[in-house]
Amino acid sequence: MAQESAPGAAGRALGMKPLREVGLAGYGAYIPRYRLPASEVARLWTGGTGPLPVKEKAVAGLDEDVITMSIEAARNALARAEIDPASIRAVWVGSESHPYAVKPTSTVVAEAIGATPHTQAADWEFACKAGTEALQAAIGFVGSGMAEFALSIGMDTAQGRPGDALEYTAGAGGAAFIVGPAQDSLCRIEMSYSYSTDTPDFWRRADAKYPEHGERFTGEPAYFKHIQAAGEALMQSMGTQPSDYRYAVFHQPNIKFPQRAAKALGFRPEQIEAGMLVSHIGNTYAGSALVGLTAILDEARPGDRILLVSYGSGAGSDAFSLVAGEALPLRRQRATDTLSYVQRRTEIDYATYARLRGKLQLH
Amino acid sequence: MANPIAEGIYIVGVGMTPVGEHWETSLRHLALEAIQAARAEAGGLRPQLIYVANMLAPALSGQSHLGTLVADFAGLRGAEAMTVEAAGASGGAALRQAYLALRSGEAEAALVVGVEKLTDKGSSEVESALATAKDADYESVHGLTDTAQAALWMRRYLHEHGAPADALAGFSLTAHRNAVTNSHAMYRRAIEAEDYRKAAMVSEPLNLYDAAPLADGAAAVLLVRGDRLPPRLPHQPTRIAGSAMSTAALALHDQIDPLWMPAAAESTRRALQQAGLQPEEVQLFELHDRFSVQAALALEAAGFAARGQGWELAQNGAIALQGRLPVTTFGGSKARGDAGGATGLYQVAEAVLQLQGRAGENQVFGARVALVQCLGGAGGTAATHVLVQESKTGE
Repeated sequence: MAQESAPGAAGRALGMKPLREVGLAGYGAYIPRYRLPASEVARLWTGGTGPLPVKEKAVAGLDEDVITMSIEAARNALARAEIDPASIRAVWVGSESHPYAVKPTSTVVAEAIGATPHTQAADWEFACKAGTEALQAAIGFVGSGMAEFALSIGMDTAQGRPGDALEYTAGAGGAAFIVGPAQDSLCRIEMSYSYSTDTPDFWRRADAKYPEHGERFTGEPAYFKHIQAAGEALMQSMGTQPSDYRYAVFHQPNIKFPQRAAKALGFRPEQIEAGMLVSHIGNTYAGSALVGLTAILDEARPGDRILLVSYGSGAGSDAFSLVAGEALPLRRQRATDTLSYVQRRTEIDYATYARLRGKLQLH
Repeated sequence: MANPIAEGIYIVGVGMTPVGEHWETSLRHLALEAIQAARAEAGGLRPQLIYVANMLAPALSGQSHLGTLVADFAGLRGAEAMTVEAAGASGGAALRQAYLALRSGEAEAALVVGVEKLTDKGSSEVESALATAKDADYESVHGLTDTAQAALWMRRYLHEHGAPADALAGFSLTAHRNAVTNSHAMYRRAIEAEDYRKAAMVSEPLNLYDAAPLADGAAAVLLVRGDRLPPRLPHQPTRIAGSAMSTAALALHDQIDPLWMPAAAESTRRALQQAGLQPEEVQLFELHDRFSVQAALALEAAGFAARGQGWELAQNGAIALQGRLPVTTFGGSKARGDAGGATGLYQVAEAVLQLQGRAGENQVFGARVALVQCLGGAGGTAATHVLVQESKTGE
């Protein structure tokens, strides 16, 4: 499938590049402190039997939601960008856990970080790739010259039906990125690409509390097809090989999927190691690939090339090729690094999890 | 004019799609692929009758009226066409209807195609749909599913016959070994006794390897009356020497002895009698193994093993490709995959490959007589056929 859909020699134009070069002026992660071990979910629902897709997942606290978490990540990004928040002309938050169905997350975030009132603000929705979709838009917004800086965020407090396979992995966390001109950026964005089809592998109806999914259909024709097609198309457009990349990071719904996708695309396990956080924080949905990218940026050296490929059910993948810049090692120290968030850990049991996540209906 | 009844009914073409998760292929395209392959073996022969074996298309694909769907899409508009449904025995039942129609003399050539798509819906929907083949008022109303019932059945078998916990492992091991070299099989991977012992429990005592995977697929068989055999066929046609179908109580609890399948026994007896053959003359048995306990019970019902001893044939190598009575020679439902109403026609097509010497690495050497049986529900329906390969020089 991927081969058929990927561009051939004529497909060089498929990769997207804005009129002026852009980069990441700042980045920041946020992961809540609570951890629910997968074994605890298994204890409750399967008598402790069966394979566990991750070790544990991050759970948001009682006073946390996508708005508060986005603000945390955005403040980290601002600290590294060293810019006046008022110069941010767009605040875009991608999530499938927006606290309100109608009323933007992004306006609250924009207000909190001081980006209001001369700014665009909007919420994005595309399952697990809403955040990278916002990043694509920010590249266009800044790349066209309409704005000097745009903030895009992928953040989730993901929902999993009690007892469902997704409950083991549906985690909380994400990352924020300030896109700005390539010069003075921490990381240059070389090229990007988006690949979308109508593939109903996972969904949540407007009035439903928990999502539904197509079981094994979420694999081959959904995750793998889109990730591989997007990754291949971007690399073909750029004329790059997996060996040209120091790092690669893919959407991480569990441990096995990104490992298999990386192998199929020709990446070695050590190339994806730095960005693989799923076993410790679960699948943070719109934040999953992005928080992997922040972990990579925390350790990358100037000149290191990074491939990022997200996946969102429904379905689509966004692929980005980035190169770490000279300013990265110094400026990344100005905010909390991703690993500190991963290691900040308070283990909870299922009962506490049920309370924190509002799974107990008291009336 | 030749007496059509005396001239016999022959299989002149078979076609199969791989069994698996055909998410990008529709019901009609799957059927077409199998039909085209079967017709190609008979020089594009055009059947007057089409019987479509299917079990759950109305429930899982939102499609009934499959006879016309398939005839239309396969370029066979005008042909007489209809669906035949008899749960897991749909494939054998459809073949039986085609056989009877040709025997009547009303038609000369018939196409039987089994097609099923079981992976387009979630597993709980599929399990519910499958449960509609049970007695709705007395079984499924209580929440009984195929798998849960098979587990009860298996426990009873092991208990009554004092068989060990892994007594039925041999059926799964044999099926998986045979599927390794079957290009249309879903799981082309051998398993060891240790894998069976360690397998996840599905519904105690039934584990993952006691239950067949449910999948998509289509298999087609082209039948022609003996007096209308096309000239210059690439493969020597295979004769349907015996065809019988029988029913028993629908609900398992209504069967006098749940460990004895009277429909399987009766249809086997009649089919062999028509063929003028004794059970010991059967050289391979494509039995129905959606659950391992069915395989043991089928061997006992057909008279290949005494009551309570069917499982022993799977322990001593008798059912291996080189054994005394090879079964599931291409992997059966367990490893080739179970495509519902198409399963019975996969069995027939595979038996034809064996008898015509086209089974490649799965070949049962020198096989001329095959018994093919598919079961509906807990043995409520059994459709049994005897296929015979006549020698080229003996006619």
